[in-house]
Amino acid sequence: MAQAHVNPTRMELTKLKNKLKTAIRGHKLLKDKRDELMRQFLILVRENKALREKVENEIKNCNKNFVLAGAGMSTEALNVALMAPKQEVYLETGTKNVMSVEIPVFEYKTRTSDNNDIYSYGLAFTSSDLDGAVKSIADILPDMLRLAECEKSCQLMAKEIEKTRRRVNALEHVMIPQTQESIKFITMKLDENERSSQVRLMKVKDMMLEEAHHYSEKDSAGAVKVEVEAL
Amino acid sequence: MYKIAVMGDRDSIYGFAAVGLEPFPITNEDEARAKLRELADGNYAVIYITEALAAKLEKEIEYFSERRLPAIILIPGVSGNTGKGLQAVKRSVEQAVGSDIIFGND
Repeated sequence: MAQAHVNPTRMELTKLKNKLKTAIRGHKLLKDKRDELMRQFLILVRENKALREKVENEIKNCNKNFVLAGAGMSTEALNVALMAPKQEVYLETGTKNVMSVEIPVFEYKTRTSDNNDIYSYGLAFTSSDLDGAVKSIADILPDMLRLAECEKSCQLMAKEIEKTRRRVNALEHVMIPQTQESIKFITMKLDENERSSQVRLMKVKDMMLEEAHHYSEKDSAGAVKVEVEAL
Repeated sequence: MYKIAVMGDRDSIYGFAAVGLEPFPITNEDEARAKLRELADGNYAVIYITEALAAKLEKEIEYFSERRLPAIILIPGVSGNTGKGLQAVKRSVEQAVGSDIIFGND
């Protein structure tokens, strides 16, 4: 009930009515946006979860492979073998617009076109375990990139959903009821003003008629005449 | 053209060098913080970071999560999986939905 003071004028009333219309429309649109975002987010987050579990498992295996490979050869040899990588990965980033959230899309390019061209060392001084380890890490790279894309999208969407939800709630529970309250207040005030001016006019009319025709004097004179006749 | 960085302790990340990601072996917290900022403002679209190191840099990672790029992604290191990565996913579900509805039932 308690609210900011509003001027009870017709202009204010029109303004508020327009504001209410906009608020209701905005509320509907934002609610739709929120629902759609939520739907997309849930799809994405399920994928994210599955991907993450998969990637984490595979990284664990990779680490195991690398530890084994490292155990089979000297640290120096291992360092030398991996010091000058043959392969390089570049990312092209684009964006996809999902309900006004810009989510990233990664497209990766490798320097050499052959996917198997990953062994940056001669085979003479390295163990075969290292080949397996490097291969295993090369295999999960696409999944890791997809995970990056997915997880970043989830983060951005979660932020946007939170924001949108706040807006929807603010409109629904604060803005719209307050405006309706103000409109009601102004309409009642205006009606009240109209009634009071009506009453004032009637009163003034009475007074003016009284002034012109002296009804009350005539009435009392008439009353005196009646009394005399009765006697 | 963006590149991909991997941060963490040396043993966890040197393998990624072979496939063309750029490894940045770091264990010192302050150094890692400076490096993360440098990489994020540089030409890196994705930064993989080990969970162990990420635990020390939560504030920075939180800050960068609001930006479109780079994507900072946690990966388990050699010392094992701490579950922090999945927790981050869980947190974003909680942020969006209000309560966790994906991880709750399993």
